Amino acid sequence: MSKKQVLARIGQIILVLLGISFITFALIMLAPGDPVRQMIAGNQDIMVTQAEIDALRHELGLDKPFIFQYLSWLGNTLQGDLGFSYMRKKPVFDVLMDHLPATLILAVASSVFMMVFAVPLGIFSAVHRNGPVDYFIRGLTFIGVSVPNFWMGLMLLWIFGLKLGILPIVGGRVSFDTLILPMTTLGVVMASKYTRQVRATVLEELSQDYVVGARARGMSESHILWREVLPNAMLPLITLFGLSLGSLLGGASVVEMVFSWPGLGLTAVQSITYRDFQLVQGIVLWIALMYMVINLVVDLSYNYLDPRLRKVGK
Amino acid sequence: METIIKGLKTNRAFALFSGLVALLLLIAIMAPVISPYDPLEAIMKNAYLPPSAEHLFGTDKLGRDNFSRILYGARYSISSVLMLVAIIFVVGTTLGILAGYFGGKVDIVIMRFSDMMISFPGMILAIAVAGVLGGSLFNAIIALTIVSWTKYARLARSMVLKIKKRDFVEAAVVNGGKAVHILWTHIVPNILPLMVITAASDIGAMMMEMAGLSFLGFGSQPPAPEWGLMLNEGRQQMQTAPWLMIFPGIAIFITVVIFNLWGDALRDVLDPRQEN
Repeated sequence: MSKKQVLARIGQIILVLLGISFITFALIMLAPGDPVRQMIAGNQDIMVTQAEIDALRHELGLDKPFIFQYLSWLGNTLQGDLGFSYMRKKPVFDVLMDHLPATLILAVASSVFMMVFAVPLGIFSAVHRNGPVDYFIRGLTFIGVSVPNFWMGLMLLWIFGLKLGILPIVGGRVSFDTLILPMTTLGVVMASKYTRQVRATVLEELSQDYVVGARARGMSESHILWREVLPNAMLPLITLFGLSLGSLLGGASVVEMVFSWPGLGLTAVQSITYRDFQLVQGIVLWIALMYMVINLVVDLSYNYLDPRLRKVGK
Repeated sequence: METIIKGLKTNRAFALFSGLVALLLLIAIMAPVISPYDPLEAIMKNAYLPPSAEHLFGTDKLGRDNFSRILYGARYSISSVLMLVAIIFVVGTTLGILAGYFGGKVDIVIMRFSDMMISFPGMILAIAVAGVLGGSLFNAIIALTIVSWTKYARLARSMVLKIKKRDFVEAAVVNGGKAVHILWTHIVPNILPLMVITAASDIGAMMMEMAGLSFLGFGSQPPAPEWGLMLNEGRQQMQTAPWLMIFPGIAIFITVVIFNLWGDALRDVLDPRQEN
């Protein structure tokens, strides 16, 4: 990518963020229920007078027209102030930072889990195409993509936590023994998906002319596989790794909830349940930003990995 | 349609999986007839009974029969997921065709929206939309439609762009055919098979996303016998009544497997080029 392309991508990221923030903001305005009443009374049934509500609404600027509210929120956000989470009694930014490590740990751990299983299995499956092991691996991965991840999480929790008593069933903290089950749950489902993709990628490379040429020149099969095919197949796999990491940073809500893993996904669900809309807004933006930045980094890494792109970039 | 009937006769896998899908639909339709109990009737003295001959899958905290709830769940979950896929299919395909055929500003607006939706994880937006609008089946369908239509729009658009340049379409344009007529008689029939394949293979994945939203509490609400919601209710009684979370999960799993296999087989029948 040339400098110009990178700048264009960054511009696009900013546009998308603006669009997303506008949509979430508009949605929140459309939402039923009164967040101000909720702010005062919480989830309890306390009598709140209309005067109190109006006073707080005025104080928060929620009585102004929609577009003014949006612009003032945008102005604050640009200055690094994402608002205040009344659920946690903390600035939204602090809440994000509190939960980011847990989400990052889980995302990296399950992505590593995925690669450790998906890459060797996929390569093996492709090399021994239509053999008994290939069918077995394909069968397993088919089951893997059809299992709802939250159910698998519950079953693992039931078996290893409750029946065997090996792993803790109470989550809520970040440690190695609480990490194992959520990591496995996310990892198995993703590994099933990616094993199929690794297999398809390697199969495609194996049918290229250069492989036929190498065979004709009498190269050994292992040389062809390890020295010729795999380096070429690695490129799409890096994209997959990046995409999975990116989607895990936002898409793990369900699994985080099953295991009470204190990450951003669980916080997002809680903030929605408590109608803590500034926090919802902050989390959605933050997740979108991380996802897009990771994708940009992945694309940039191509420059170093694929010499062909470097030339096109110039 | 003729290809599908021919496929049923010649492709054994497709015939088998179509039969299984038909069986699922039959269970869904016949739920009131084959269920041994009323899925909503609470009999408190029967709470938390383990699986037995009388209650095959046990009972829940209100003494409702789990087996009947799962049969009714087929009705509820499958019909809502088919409705969801149909809505996404219609919305996405229509927008894609419009963008591809008319181009210009229409194309720019639709595709910029689509770029935006595709550039970050959909599930978090679906959760936000469904959650903010308030948990209900209807809102869950809206939320998943918002995040899923782009795939169909992109596919439809790219196919329309290809077909638009073909001679028979150009001839129709030169002959003064109206846009609606050209779209309906020349474009839509040509892109439909691939769109239908895409929708069919999406049913399984959509089923899991719907169940996921319900599981989080942002989809169907109690006392609906929806599988995702039943899993959520069952998870609180994991220790005392594990059957409440085991069986709904198996139900989702089997349904997803059947629809996924059927989708793959349908692809082989309708689009033999992709066979590998």
